[in-house]
Amino acid sequence: MSNTPARHPSASSLPRLGGAARGAGLEMALTLIGALALILIAWAAPWLRFVLTIALAKGIAVLGILLLLRAGQVSFGHAMFLATGAYTVAFLAPSVPEALILLPLGGALALGLGLVVGLFVVRYRDIFFGMLNLALSMVLYSLLEKLYSLTKGTDGIRVAGLTFAGQSPPRETQEWLMFGLALGLALVFGLLVRAYLASPMGQALKGIKTRETRLEFMGVPARRVLLFAYAFSALMGGVAGTLVAMTSRHVTPLLAYWTSSGELVFIAILGGAGSALGPFLGAVAFELVRVYAAAQLADAWQMILGAVLLGVILFAPGGVWGILSARLKGRAA
Amino acid sequence: MTEWVSENGLLLGLALLDGLAYAALVFLVAVGLNLVFGVLRIVNVAHGSLFAIGAYAAASLGLFFAASGLPPWAGYVALLLAAALTGLVLGPPIEKLVLRRVYGHEQSLQLLVTFALFMILEDVQKLVWGVQPVSNDTPMKLLGTVDVPFGEDVIPFTAYQLFVLPGLAVFTLLALAWFLRRTLTGRVIVAVTTDKEAAMAMGIDATRVTLLTFTFGAALAALGGALASPTTSLVPGVGAQTIVLSFAVVATAGLGQIEGAAVSSLLIGLGRSVAVYFAPEFEVVVPYIIMVAVLLVRPQGLFGVLETRRV
Repeated sequence: MSNTPARHPSASSLPRLGGAARGAGLEMALTLIGALALILIAWAAPWLRFVLTIALAKGIAVLGILLLLRAGQVSFGHAMFLATGAYTVAFLAPSVPEALILLPLGGALALGLGLVVGLFVVRYRDIFFGMLNLALSMVLYSLLEKLYSLTKGTDGIRVAGLTFAGQSPPRETQEWLMFGLALGLALVFGLLVRAYLASPMGQALKGIKTRETRLEFMGVPARRVLLFAYAFSALMGGVAGTLVAMTSRHVTPLLAYWTSSGELVFIAILGGAGSALGPFLGAVAFELVRVYAAAQLADAWQMILGAVLLGVILFAPGGVWGILSARLKGRAA
Repeated sequence: MTEWVSENGLLLGLALLDGLAYAALVFLVAVGLNLVFGVLRIVNVAHGSLFAIGAYAAASLGLFFAASGLPPWAGYVALLLAAALTGLVLGPPIEKLVLRRVYGHEQSLQLLVTFALFMILEDVQKLVWGVQPVSNDTPMKLLGTVDVPFGEDVIPFTAYQLFVLPGLAVFTLLALAWFLRRTLTGRVIVAVTTDKEAAMAMGIDATRVTLLTFTFGAALAALGGALASPTTSLVPGVGAQTIVLSFAVVATAGLGQIEGAAVSSLLIGLGRSVAVYFAPEFEVVVPYIIMVAVLLVRPQGLFGVLETRRV
């Protein structure tokens, strides 16, 4: 085996450090512009409000994938946390219809699952990490599918009527509420992830990617660093799941299927792992294209995703964010 | 205990026979995955899709042979031909056009690339064969059934599943062991697996060996699928199940272990089929419970060798 680290730009390569300060300003400006643009679109085109809410929710889940990508790890099973959040809402909505209780509850349950699963999977890296996550999510999928008496199998469960802070507002207000909730949470989690990545814990994630043994020689417990990131990503997956369930009002085992996990990874790579903005750029692009393309191309949808994924990995490793930031910085300079 | 056995003896017998046939198929796929990993250092997530495509191709080819008036035994030729064709048609382009670009890169990137291939191949399979179940069980029916004595009972079981599948699996295991240890090409493959740079310094054309191994591994996956096709009707989703299951086998055995893969195929094949008969809801869970249990005690797998950590 060769001992020289690969020099090729990788899927999770970071933007150059030189322009860090300007990069941060650019990021903030783009976030504000992006948020305003989303609100405008949601107001001007009401039929897209639903799509954008789902996109924002998925973006939150993809933030978790981004954390793991920083450590050089890919999880092909993160849909299991999304499904955990979604099924929490579906199971509990008849007895506890309050959205503001279900939301943190779904996140907390996913966090709990993430800690248990994490204790096991953080012992492994690379191939094993990716495949063990895939295997565990397949287990959850098949349980959701086969335990018919509990989950109604592939038919899924309709989510009962919800209340927001005790009120049950009319449909349009509720759509706006969900959109606002998703946007607000996306901003909060985006900022949290940014701060986390800049912290020593976040910096240690990069160390896991480059040379884990050296990290441990410095006295940093690598497994604990990764476990924290994993649990955090599970929490975000769970929160995303509750948002998806509350917005689409119907949950099926498909939420935990490998294709859903694949979509999350796809969005992460498409958007680019260089910034916390990447997942949302990727998710909005992905969901908008899907609305128009998936209906006509349902049978070839995964194929197109796969081809684009290959193209991005081989030819544009920075993703949409990478292309965008390079353009804008080039213009400013 | 004895009471339980006498009550459920028939079921248990069926589960064991089924498990043996199933383990044979799983072994063929897992050993291909293992071989490819050994040389390319890549776990090919699309390996399961090659299994599925091999299965569909075999069913179609068998039906086509039957429709064009060939004698029934041509069905067996169809199985082998379909496997070879799938390997030869899909293997080289995948290796040359895609995998070759990411050798030596980080593993997560390689994993992503094969995952993208997996997404593509799953839809290729749906576009070609549709989503309706496809089946051609003539090769299995042709051989009839054998009465297997089990205690006081007799279990009628298909000769195809009882003899052909395990027979071919054992043959593959022995042939592979002989090929890798006794032939020049085989030894060259082992050399590249052990130390690629040293092998290249000795004048071995590693590019050719890699292409050869990948094509061979792809054909093994397709062979597993082709042999499985007469025993079941094919539906989309087989590919995903297969890759996860064969990964479970490989992880349980330890990456790169060929004889070990045979043992863990048996372990997981039998475990799964016992679950099918006694706790069908948990059928899918059992292989992973076995894998997780093994990995918790031995993280390198049952037969794996610990690698020294690089600083």
